[in-house]
Amino acid sequence: MHTLTTLAASLPSDSFAPASETVRAGVLLVAPLLVGLPLLSAAVLLLAGRRSDRWGHWLGVLASAASFVVAAVVFVAMLQRSADSRVIDVTLGTWIDAGAFQLDAGMRLDPLSLTFVLLVTFVGTLIHIYAVAYMDHDADRRRFFAYLNLFVAAMLILVLADSYLLLFVGWEGVGLASYLLIGFWNYNTEYAVAAKKAFVANRIGDLGLIIALGIMFATFGAVDFGTVLSGEDGIASEATLTAIGLMLLLAACGKSAQFPLQSWLGDAMAGPTPVSALIHAATMVTAGVYLIVRSAPLFDAAPTAQLVVVIVGAITLLFGAIVGCAKDDIKKALAASTMSQIGYMILAAGLGPVGYAFAIFHLLTHGFFKAGLFLGAGSVMHGMDDQVNMRRFGGLARYMTITWLTFMAGWLAIIGIPPFSGFFSKDKIIEAAFVPVDGAPWRAWVFGSITMLAAGITAFYMSRLFFMTFEGERRWSAKRDGSAQHPHESPKTMTWPMIVLAVGSVGLGFFLNSGGRFVEWLEPVLGDTEHHEPVLPIWVLTVLTLALVLLGVVIAWRRYAVSQVPVVPPVGTALTRAARVDLYQDEVNDIALVEPGQALTRSLVYADRTVIDGTVTGVGLSTVLLGGWVRRLQTGYVRSYAASMLLGLVVLVVVVLLVQS
Amino acid sequence: MTEFIAPTVDWAALSPVVIVLLAAVVGVLVEAFVPARVRRTVQLALAVVALAGAIIAVAALWSGVEETGGTVVLGGSLLVDGPTLVLQATIALLALISLLIIADRTETGEDAFAPNAAAVPGSDYEELARRKGVQQTEIYPLVLFATGGMLIFPAAGDLLTLFVALEVLSLPLYLLTGMARRRRLLSQEASMKYFLLGAFSSALLLFGIALVYGYSGSLRYSEIAEATQVPGGLDSLLLVGSVLLLSGLLFKVGAVPFHTWTPDVYQGAPTPITGFMAACTKAAAFGALLRIVYTMLPGLAWDLGVVLWTVAILTMVVGTVAALVQTDMKRVLGYSSIAHAGFILTGIIALNEAGIVAVLFYLFVYGAATVGAFGIVWLVRERAVRHGGPEGTHGHSSILGEATHLSQWAGLGRTHPLLALTFALFLLSFAGIPLTAGFAGKFSVFSAAVEGGAWPLALIGVLASSAAVFFYVRIIVLMFFTEPAGEPDGEPAAAPSGVTALAPSAEGFALAGDAAVSVQAEPVVQTRSTVTTTVVGTEGFAVVAITVCALLTIVLGVFPSPVLDLIASVATFLP
Repeated sequence: MHTLTTLAASLPSDSFAPASETVRAGVLLVAPLLVGLPLLSAAVLLLAGRRSDRWGHWLGVLASAASFVVAAVVFVAMLQRSADSRVIDVTLGTWIDAGAFQLDAGMRLDPLSLTFVLLVTFVGTLIHIYAVAYMDHDADRRRFFAYLNLFVAAMLILVLADSYLLLFVGWEGVGLASYLLIGFWNYNTEYAVAAKKAFVANRIGDLGLIIALGIMFATFGAVDFGTVLSGEDGIASEATLTAIGLMLLLAACGKSAQFPLQSWLGDAMAGPTPVSALIHAATMVTAGVYLIVRSAPLFDAAPTAQLVVVIVGAITLLFGAIVGCAKDDIKKALAASTMSQIGYMILAAGLGPVGYAFAIFHLLTHGFFKAGLFLGAGSVMHGMDDQVNMRRFGGLARYMTITWLTFMAGWLAIIGIPPFSGFFSKDKIIEAAFVPVDGAPWRAWVFGSITMLAAGITAFYMSRLFFMTFEGERRWSAKRDGSAQHPHESPKTMTWPMIVLAVGSVGLGFFLNSGGRFVEWLEPVLGDTEHHEPVLPIWVLTVLTLALVLLGVVIAWRRYAVSQVPVVPPVGTALTRAARVDLYQDEVNDIALVEPGQALTRSLVYADRTVIDGTVTGVGLSTVLLGGWVRRLQTGYVRSYAASMLLGLVVLVVVVLLVQS
Repeated sequence: MTEFIAPTVDWAALSPVVIVLLAAVVGVLVEAFVPARVRRTVQLALAVVALAGAIIAVAALWSGVEETGGTVVLGGSLLVDGPTLVLQATIALLALISLLIIADRTETGEDAFAPNAAAVPGSDYEELARRKGVQQTEIYPLVLFATGGMLIFPAAGDLLTLFVALEVLSLPLYLLTGMARRRRLLSQEASMKYFLLGAFSSALLLFGIALVYGYSGSLRYSEIAEATQVPGGLDSLLLVGSVLLLSGLLFKVGAVPFHTWTPDVYQGAPTPITGFMAACTKAAAFGALLRIVYTMLPGLAWDLGVVLWTVAILTMVVGTVAALVQTDMKRVLGYSSIAHAGFILTGIIALNEAGIVAVLFYLFVYGAATVGAFGIVWLVRERAVRHGGPEGTHGHSSILGEATHLSQWAGLGRTHPLLALTFALFLLSFAGIPLTAGFAGKFSVFSAAVEGGAWPLALIGVLASSAAVFFYVRIIVLMFFTEPAGEPDGEPAAAPSGVTALAPSAEGFALAGDAAVSVQAEPVVQTRSTVTTTVVGTEGFAVVAITVCALLTIVLGVFPSPVLDLIASVATFLP
């Protein structure tokens, strides 16, 4: 445990929190447009109403694309600067000025935020284009695009904020957009319930962020990154930093669907597929990883919090992988896989300086291949009359060639076959997990083995998903209207985004990894990532991981491509049955949260009706209107009110006298 | 004791109070001498001028107070200092906005008040008064008297003035509470309850004053504060007296355990009066509480801390938790106002200058959102649509009372998007969502509490407000994402046809005939009448008031700093 602290202390402090510079002129001043354009578009779409139905979706696409162009301009401008001047603050003005508390609203442009901005705007634009065709038949397509734009704007505020408070604004914004989009088809009660579940889980997480904000303000007297992350010693005790770290972790758990707040993600698949791809796979759910990596100096000084981060990541990693093995709903299987992959990232972020850059690296490649996989799933559903049960797919490769090929690229990337993207990013995380920690030799072995084992399980369930969908024999059911299925390839506006994302799934990892390009790019923010030797030689780790992956693929091939897949799911082992119901997460939540909550509410309702109002109130209201009984009830009430006041007063007086004596 | 010193009266410093009370007296004369036809116009103009005059008077006094720190008037009975002026401006402004809603009438010429409050509910006499279009224009002087009392309340510098101000503000409110046009028995019941419990709490307050006087031998805050510094053998006398005194004030702000009247009275009172009461009484009572805690009892901060902490925690928790299970809009807002009283108390407990600024700011932003929210509740009405049968003399549909049951608000966002959006804005402000004024207010009270070392209170406050978000958002979801409720026994499957028939039409009266026709096609309902929800059209005063409240809520949410600075520049009490 001590290594990390010493490591953090030994690094020159300015490499961690470089003196940011404030820009007053130049091309970087266009940065506010990043947020402004999609926000404006969302406002136009929501306010113009039905009048903009005809062109609204194209405006949405345009706003997102324009935002990407601005991001590209900023990126190029950034590349022209030297590495140590790449942390730039763009101040937008004083936001809050309340006596001792002053806060400027501003944007922090640095390699970390810019990575996110590029990912969000690029993948976001592709998904906007995809959604034009996907939502073609929906009467509310314009509203859908308004929400998507709103999401993009909020996500950009989140990653560009230069203080935790502004980050919180974006944090709530993406939560709102996510809620609106999950419940987009809210005429379906189940979907509305799913939206509510996501809302509640996120609120618990938000509470963590609010409390973290409070502690920060009490400790540092400020909530902007510059002050809080300056890494100055002596301001905050380790206990305080641990508390902040744990609260930030709680926030990250809510937003990124990590254990124990993971339950909402599977249900969130109720939203339209482009939403699942953009928000619940590529961008929003990774905000937790961003939060932890952004707060790196805090975590580095709080080793206990870091250990908890690693444990949470490891649990979620296995949890998601196990659930993913049993799901028959293609989107839910992908959701479980998202949860598990984010577990990888959280775990890497918890490893400290050896892992931060790789957490972001995996996040980036994952953003591409997971979005591609979701769009592929959407394309399959589009061609199969919105069927999501993989037991009713099979042999689709012939009918939807492009979907099949792009999906294959995503599949190979996520299971980590070289030279696809996922191989490079996941391999780095496994290596980092195997790096020994002084004083706790067990950690390298335990967490390293978990990451490696999960890679094998990932290979199994993703191959299962791929084979059940595209290979084997056809197990199609009739359409909802009774006619036979005619699977067909999706229109071009849907396939092109998939192709672009597939290219990213194939080559992005190799490109960014070669020569340590990506790690070097993030260096101005995350400091120098020193190389540490894992407990086993790297080539042994790679070979072992690949062997496990191949084993997983082979098992899946034998069970789901070669042999017959039953249309009705077999009973299965106890573990399979548990995994099908998400390892009883809902039951646990019910027992731990919902039941006590409802019992409390019930008793309160009871108390309200009997003690406070008297059961008669309900009847009373109607009788009051009819006239009659009122007088009798009235005196009863006032007497009990007065009695309760008197009782309260007596208690207060007694307490005061007791305290005083 | 000393010899009698004749006080010199600084009339200028008293002008806000004098203007309002003078106008109230003139208002009584207007009742007697001005013909009934123009009485309402005259009264309304008089009241508006008086309240605007009070605001101008405060503005005129401002720079002087900013320089000198304030003046002692009437030998110390009234203290005109920074907090006094801020509160007087707040109260006068909120009263002015409330007055617009109070004065507004529906298209059919009905205001929120009984045509003749003295008539027995349901009697022929009442029906006669209603048909004659009689109006109870006494409400205007009553509102002015209440406002006058509220202006004195936070400025009072001795306990006797405090008590007189309390009665001056309370008595008109008891009357106003009982004057609702609809649901008159409920209203009268609320009035009676408010009066009895108010009298009870006044008695407690008076007893407290007596005990404190017994201890210190004075009624002046400053002299009592000095007396508490000197150790004496009668500490329990002082402590019990102070607790009784505080309980009287806590009753007015609706803090637990003195809150029991709040939901009932808020529900029963005419809705515009509820808004006025919730915003202005709270501002006045918290102002008085603030002054007493900060200037009269600082010596007892440690002993009374227990009381205030207990009350604040209970208030936040009970207010929030009870609001969760309410089904009536006015009761929800009532319990929410209890919870807000708890939040404001955390700012008072902070016992520092930031606390004063935060409380004053909170009172203003909370008041603006409250007046606006109750204004909207007043506009959302039940409409009875008569089905089939022979054509009645009153047409097919008639506007009834307010649609206060939560289920009646379902789908309002679809039929009246702008109104629902404004209501959502007020709810978000109550919930303390960033970029609304409520957030700035909550942030400032909680940070003041943390600064003052009361971080557990701030923590509970944050937890309570997170829980509270649930019921505010529930209402927003109800308005925007829920289908309007059909017949109670209606099957969900039958919704499509039912909805077209039962959904309130946005066009109001114009489509009533069509609606009746389409309903007639349904064989199930023949001669029953269906109650739907609609938004009533008015003369427009209420819309102006609600717009002002909404603007205040947005502007103070985005740019709270200028107002906070303004308050901070004068936030010191005279000793």
